[in-house]
Amino acid sequence: MRNIFLFIRRYRTLLTFLFLQGVALWFLFTYNRFHKAKGLGVANEITGWVNSKYSNVESFLTLKEENRRVHKMNDSLLNLLSRNFMHVDTSARLVKDSVPFDTLGNSRRYYFRPASVVYNTVNSQKNYIQLNRGSNHGIKDNMAVISSDGSAVGVVVNVSPNFSQVMSLLHVQQKVNASLKKTGDFGTIDWDGKDPRRLTLRGIPKSIDIKTGDTVLTSTYSYNFPPGYMVGTVAEVVTDKSTNFYTLKIKPGANFYNIKQVFVVENLQYSEQITLNQETRKKIEDPKNIKK
Amino acid sequence: MSDLLKNILRFAVFILIQVFLLNKIPHLHRFITPYIYFLFLLWLPFSVSRQWLLIIGFITGLTLDYFTMTPGLHTAACLLIAYVRPFLISVLTPKDSSEFNYREPSPRAMLWTPYLVYVFVLTLLHHGYMIFLQWLSFGSFLDFIIKVIATTAISMLLIVTVELLFPRKMKFRTNTA
Repeated sequence: MRNIFLFIRRYRTLLTFLFLQGVALWFLFTYNRFHKAKGLGVANEITGWVNSKYSNVESFLTLKEENRRVHKMNDSLLNLLSRNFMHVDTSARLVKDSVPFDTLGNSRRYYFRPASVVYNTVNSQKNYIQLNRGSNHGIKDNMAVISSDGSAVGVVVNVSPNFSQVMSLLHVQQKVNASLKKTGDFGTIDWDGKDPRRLTLRGIPKSIDIKTGDTVLTSTYSYNFPPGYMVGTVAEVVTDKSTNFYTLKIKPGANFYNIKQVFVVENLQYSEQITLNQETRKKIEDPKNIKK
Repeated sequence: MSDLLKNILRFAVFILIQVFLLNKIPHLHRFITPYIYFLFLLWLPFSVSRQWLLIIGFITGLTLDYFTMTPGLHTAACLLIAYVRPFLISVLTPKDSSEFNYREPSPRAMLWTPYLVYVFVLTLLHHGYMIFLQWLSFGSFLDFIIKVIATTAISMLLIVTVELLFPRKMKFRTNTA
């Protein structure tokens, strides 16, 4: 027993080092798998506070550009909703309807919430964006994020009461369904971790004629992204003779370098869709249900 | 200003510079992010005990990690350099901590050549280990080698610039005082 204490005393520093190193590696490896960091809830509040202070200063510098872009988006939205012009008078007030039914009996599927970016990087292989909205404002995991000019940005992976973290499209583990505007064929967008100005679209069959400049939109088959929003344009067609599918280099529609204002999009039927999907799998793959 | 207060301020300044300046500037090439925050660990006084060095290294790394959303990555690298630092100092300048005429490692306290070797070895260790951990989950071997070399070179350039631009004013200590 005494020898054990002597040993610990003698190698105290080395043991501390090994212990702390173990803690660090444990953080690292568990985090990468589950996107849940140890103690992230508290840390997120603190870093979020610092980030929002900094962002206050920085947003002044980009105000003009952002204003122009928001204005452009507003413009296009107003044009879409031309019937709104009929009703505008002093007593009319635009009320946002959060109930999933509108007066025509259509169900509302997507709900948009505005948010602004407080921290963002592009020069890592795993880029995250931090937003100034959290679970207090109704943000949940797996909500889609689009930029103020309507381009896909990423997916929410973690929320704290006042802030949320978004896994940007510039993240090597990100996978988003996307389709070609021209033909509707769909594939998967991912990022090879090299150039932040290029995403990769895979899974488009070679039978389709593709030219550079073709538009890629979010697909109708995505659970979190609303369909028809810009992902980017085809910048380069890589020919690989060994497969029947294209590898397309996509120029992202959102400018990740100066992203400031975003919308967080909630699919109101997300949990229903996911549950149905899981239930189906369980039903079909359950050994009890397989016909003998 | 007391050593403690000075180092707390230094910690805040280094972390803020790293998070809001160096991590955000448009990168020179693919993924070469310049790193400088670990200079805080290199500048800690000689008198800090090895246990404390490890604890300070852990906190420094973790703070940066929570800003960059990579818990554990910088922490592991910081711990490594905090652990190696005392050995390296005793190898490069065979003196006891009380025999130094200045409180902290600096070109004046250690002379330029040993100081540069000290900075270079620790920078290489920090980047090598950190990029190695990143590489485990993603990337090719060639990428790994190029990144280690390039990032180390950029960081060395930054550190030498900092040393030349902001020479730290330090009191000369003698045995009589």
